[in-house]
Amino acid sequence: MTRVTVKVDGSSYTDDVEPRTLLVHYLREQLGKTGTVVGCDTGNCGACTVHLDGRSVKACSVLAVQADGHEVTTIEGLATNGQLHPMQQAFHENHALQCGYCTPGMIMQSIDLLAENPDPTEDQIRLGLEGNLCRCTGYQNIVRAVKAAAGGAK
Amino acid sequence: MTSTQERPAAEIGAPRKRKEDARLITGRTRWTDNVVLPGMLHLAMVRSPFAHARILGIDTEAAENAPGVMAVLIGTDLADEQGALPNAWAVVPEQKAPTHPSMAVDHVAFAGEIVAMVVARTAAEADDAAELVDVDYEELPPALDLKASAADEVLAHPDLGTNVSAVWTFDSAESGTGQDVDAAIATARESGIVIEREIRQQRLIPAFMEPRSIVVDPTAEQLTVWSATQVPHFVRIFIALVLGIPEHKIRVIAPDVGGGFGGKLQFTPEEVLTVIAARRTGKPCKYSESRSESLMSAHHGRDQVQKVTLAATKDGTVTGFKAELLADMGAYLGLVTSAIPLLGALMYNGIYKFPAYRLTFTNVFTNKTWTDAYRGAGRPEATFAIERLMDELAAEVGADPLEIRERNWIKHEEFPFDTVTGMRYDSGNYEAATAKAKELFGYDALRAEQRRRRESGDPVQLGIGVSTYTEMCGLAPSRWLGSMGYVGGGWEHASVRMLPTGKVEVITGTSPHGQGHETAWSQLVADRLGVAFEDVEVLHGDTQIAARGLDTYGSRSLAVGGMAVLAAADRVIEKAKPIAAQLLEANVDDLDFTGGRFGVRGTESGMSMGELAFAVFQGHKLDGSDVERSLDADATLDPDDFSFPHGTHLCATEVDTETGGVKIRSYVSVDDVGLVVNPLIVEGQVHGGLAQGIAQALFEEAVHDESGTLLTGSFVEYLVPSAADLPAFVTARTETPATTNQLGVKGVGEAGTIASTPAVVNAIVDAVRHLGVTDIPMPCSPYRVWKALQEGTRS
Ligand code: FES
Ligand code: FES
Repeated sequence: MTRVTVKVDGSSYTDDVEPRTLLVHYLREQLGKTGTVVGCDTGNCGACTVHLDGRSVKACSVLAVQADGHEVTTIEGLATNGQLHPMQQAFHENHALQCGYCTPGMIMQSIDLLAENPDPTEDQIRLGLEGNLCRCTGYQNIVRAVKAAAGGAK
Repeated sequence: MTSTQERPAAEIGAPRKRKEDARLITGRTRWTDNVVLPGMLHLAMVRSPFAHARILGIDTEAAENAPGVMAVLIGTDLADEQGALPNAWAVVPEQKAPTHPSMAVDHVAFAGEIVAMVVARTAAEADDAAELVDVDYEELPPALDLKASAADEVLAHPDLGTNVSAVWTFDSAESGTGQDVDAAIATARESGIVIEREIRQQRLIPAFMEPRSIVVDPTAEQLTVWSATQVPHFVRIFIALVLGIPEHKIRVIAPDVGGGFGGKLQFTPEEVLTVIAARRTGKPCKYSESRSESLMSAHHGRDQVQKVTLAATKDGTVTGFKAELLADMGAYLGLVTSAIPLLGALMYNGIYKFPAYRLTFTNVFTNKTWTDAYRGAGRPEATFAIERLMDELAAEVGADPLEIRERNWIKHEEFPFDTVTGMRYDSGNYEAATAKAKELFGYDALRAEQRRRRESGDPVQLGIGVSTYTEMCGLAPSRWLGSMGYVGGGWEHASVRMLPTGKVEVITGTSPHGQGHETAWSQLVADRLGVAFEDVEVLHGDTQIAARGLDTYGSRSLAVGGMAVLAAADRVIEKAKPIAAQLLEANVDDLDFTGGRFGVRGTESGMSMGELAFAVFQGHKLDGSDVERSLDADATLDPDDFSFPHGTHLCATEVDTETGGVKIRSYVSVDDVGLVVNPLIVEGQVHGGLAQGIAQALFEEAVHDESGTLLTGSFVEYLVPSAADLPAFVTARTETPATTNQLGVKGVGEAGTIASTPAVVNAIVDAVRHLGVTDIPMPCSPYRVWKALQEGTRS
């Protein structure tokens, strides 16, 4: 067991974890942050995407011990004072989700995408979301949502 | 006393943002894998690496002694208890099928079949111990190739004596719905056109994003089962039937479910085994599959060889159609595996008037993962075949593919139309949908550009693909299902409960997993009862709450389940009317119900549905024992017939003749799904359907090696398209109401998938037809396109 201290969605946690524990399992099983989900075992689907020190990472490809001393934001920590994050709002407004399983990862990745490139073209959005699979939406409304959020940020 | 506002009936048709989003975009979701119970144990499955093998022995000792392990169970431990998994559809009375155990006992029939299960304190401990289970196999030759298996070259189940499960035939001459197809083909061979093709519908994997997960709590009086399923009501019945647990002692909950596409329309070995583990240990048990397990063992879809023949006159008027299908069942029959070809068998005529028709399908076992429903289930295969053939016919005649279609399709004034397969298409307007699609697509301009590129020998050629389609949806009239050999019915159930504070609970037997029923059903009820959209709560997916229901698949939810909701709401109004009359001291005949309010005609006097609900709750002013102190109502609705959505899809592809690379330049879909309750949801369904259909055309294929191992066992190899792989779609609608239900709605869930695959492949072939290419097998990868070009140029 290794002791880690991680700040997740604004609260600080100190826990003993097995060295092999993936960040996503630490979040889901030890902290109860079940908003972040697992969709694959090869790092391909992006369903587990969270922010580590403000940048998106696939939480299934990071060990919990690697997050020691760092700050993690999950889908559950995005809204502030009951106000949805503009990207959450944009996903809702643009019907960018159906079953919603990919949605937490998709939203976290989309926020990162706009942080990198605040005014992306449609192709840049599609490329930026390449590591996040959605089986329901055909992506069109996701792209639309990201565009809308970019417009709103300007 | 009531917060129910009056509202004009304008909900139906409104682009309401979805209610479900609030929890889904904030992570406040309840997926099955989120469920944690005190003392809960975790399961890991040991799966066969071999496609066909005898189990000589299993050594579980090391696993049993591993840390945290409570039990290791193997097939011989369960032989008495586990029963056999069900198939619910005998397509012919003499259908053959092997026994399908949840856990293999003495042999395995596909790679991925469960041979042992570890029960441990944590998932990691269970996984670790599963690695220690030592299974001694004797490999047997696997039946893998579909055609060879149909000829019984190698037997998938030697005990069965054959790989053929069933042979089913429909012949229009025999059934009196049309003429003799062999005569039509003979005539066409002499003086007309005959087009023959063999088409491979490759094997696909539904690949819902949420892997399957099951939690079973055996404590307390009822066994409670959470499952990531499309069909909680089916699961309840089958747990009862297979395991002998009384049905009323079982509660099944499908909480938030992350997609299904037919892939979660199943009663699974994992469900049975998790129940067994929980009952044996007396503790809650959880099993959540990994993606690799999901891709290898959750049922696959499609996988057919289609031999099709189209006969026509010289001017391109179709005179007959014949199909012989081989359908790969995989190793076992799941719930409706056997009926997947049947669900398309009466639809190969598409939107056309064919005078003669014969279709035979042969269901064949192989040693591969079992197949079953995947979005469209039989109808994508049918649509692909006929729409590919119509393009070939157009090429043969030298006419525009849209012209050839129009020559043969049912004209809008000819509805209702009895087809050559005995179906009655109630309504449609193929002219309108096609005209709209052509306009949005810029058809003539693209054809002109195509000509220019051909003439200049541009290395990048442009192709235009057409797909016009219809599908039977809204599964299904119970009488039809019964006549076809299905054991269940096709009705749907709903309840509407008027709460004392004027809020409304709607209970539906449908089981959404992304379709937005909470929103759409709220719109239906808000409209009908004149209450606020926000005041309606839709409950579903829990057999203790929604006691009656037949769940969600086959584009049935709105056309059957939604109409049941409306029928229940209508009964609430019927029940309310005499009560309102009593309270308003008026004659029932003098009451009007509009905008959620009962009013006495010609006076100011009246009361809202909400006020009425409270008055009924109090009961103070109600008189007479015949007045029930409740406005709640139930309805069970069995549809009279299917509905038949249709549409025209046009796809433009750019094909790089040097590399074989394909780029979709534009895609237009015009769909006629009848009356639309929520255009946002409909559009979303179309987008998602298009993506899956395009994926079949271009990317996806489940591939096994020559020993029967799945090579596409992760998302690295199984190519679910990303945003970067797909184009933007232009979607539009025409609206020809169905006449088979009270609102005029049709289904939309499968339409996009059914139509898009042939549109894309037709577009690719159209781009390179002048280079000698007349077909390309799916998925049309750059290599395959390139290869077809090499062969085309040579010939
Ligand atoms: S779960 Fe992390 S990428 Fe799929
Ligand atoms: S909304 Fe279902 S996977 Fe994206």
